[in-house]
Amino acid sequence: MVATWLIIVIVVVVILIIYIYNSLIKLRVRVKNAWAQIDVQLKRRYDLIPNLVNAVKGYMKHEKGVLEEVTKARTSLMSGSMKSKAKASNQITEALKSIFAVAENYPNLKASENFKQLQEELSGTESKIAYARQFYNDSVMAFNEATQVFPKNLFAKIFGFHKEDFFGADEKEKKNVKVEF
Amino acid sequence: MGIYEEIASNKRRSYLLVFFFLVFVIFIGYVVGFFYGSGYFGIGMALFIGIIYFLFSYYGGANAILAMTKAKEAKKPQYTYLINTVEGISIAAGLSKPPKVYVIEDSALNAFATGRDPEHSSVTVTTGLMEKLNKLELEGVIAHEISHIKNFDIRVMMLAAVMVGMTVLLSDFLLRSFLWGSHGRKKEGGNLTVIFIVVGLVLAILAPLIGEAIKLAISRKREYLADASGALLTRYPKGLADALRKIRNDPDPLVDHANKATAHLFISTPFRQSKRSFIKNLFSTHPPIDDRIKRLEKM
Repeated sequence: MVATWLIIVIVVVVILIIYIYNSLIKLRVRVKNAWAQIDVQLKRRYDLIPNLVNAVKGYMKHEKGVLEEVTKARTSLMSGSMKSKAKASNQITEALKSIFAVAENYPNLKASENFKQLQEELSGTESKIAYARQFYNDSVMAFNEATQVFPKNLFAKIFGFHKEDFFGADEKEKKNVKVEF
Repeated sequence: MGIYEEIASNKRRSYLLVFFFLVFVIFIGYVVGFFYGSGYFGIGMALFIGIIYFLFSYYGGANAILAMTKAKEAKKPQYTYLINTVEGISIAAGLSKPPKVYVIEDSALNAFATGRDPEHSSVTVTTGLMEKLNKLELEGVIAHEISHIKNFDIRVMMLAAVMVGMTVLLSDFLLRSFLWGSHGRKKEGGNLTVIFIVVGLVLAILAPLIGEAIKLAISRKREYLADASGALLTRYPKGLADALRKIRNDPDPLVDHANKATAHLFISTPFRQSKRSFIKNLFSTHPPIDDRIKRLEKM
């Protein structure tokens, strides 16, 4: 009799552990996928920037500084930790903003079909990065929450699930989600 | 986790709809087969036809809807902005693949989503919507549509459309053969006619009931839910609220290519709105737009 009960309890506990483990794994996979999404968009912007610089170079002879800034931020983007990526990404956002602001002074440039398309693509990518970051941070929050509530936190420790970092999540930026060039 | 429960319950609803569909087909098959000597043969035939019809409309339904509404696929560079908006919000929703984007050349303000699952889905907007809404409002509408996709509302709607189509087709077929039969074979009469009358009556009762069940399945609650989860995607409920206000005030709410079969898909009813009455509310496919705006503004 005792043995039967023992077996039942063990089976229930094992099922529970499997369930908890799987739910944590699912959440972590979501975080990984969300991060991949950010990376895809960062890469896309990375590829678009040289085109923009080329399109703009001929017109903006007096504003070389702005272009250098964006090029510099671009090179620092593809390497380093998530924190440095987030920082570089924000720098690029700012630098692009000033390029497009300066472009307002060049009617010929603004009228160019190529420039218009690049601007459209870049502002689209910019908001995709913002959305990808939003989804990533949502996923991280769900995952971190799961690793902290009882009893999941016990198993999270045993199985080695660690808290994930948010991607450049300071409040000021969050309000900046809508980027309009 | 409201949204994940909602997805699960929508999947259950889908199975239920398929189950009703099968029961209905078997019933009709048996009745028809009964006349021609073998009820079981009738069931076999009906299942065969029913399943083929089902597969065709389940896998081809989205394309049929897009063709019916004369929607054309949006291409870059003309629609770069729209495509980017849809892709961005589907990233925010965590869809593994962005839906396809279509446009309807129409000055009315409207949009819909369709497909059988998030991997095979599409978002359609009218050109009028693109012209008259600003960025934030357009994002609000797109987020509403993407929520329909993520919540699997599109699958329930698709199955519902398949069922309504099949019901109408079958009742029509039976009622016609009843009329024709009573005309041509008055003298043979007897059992045949009586049974046809009974079946005709049963169907006449059944069809609206099924229609009602479908209305419950695609209940207006889904619109509120898509509004709410859409607002969660853009983090800006005011965008959709403003868009809905513009849609309400637009003098031309009529999408030329919408009909009763596609009406329930659109973000706001594509027909001209006369005064709302209680009865009309009871049977309308969409909740009153003012109520939706009010709820969004409270978020």
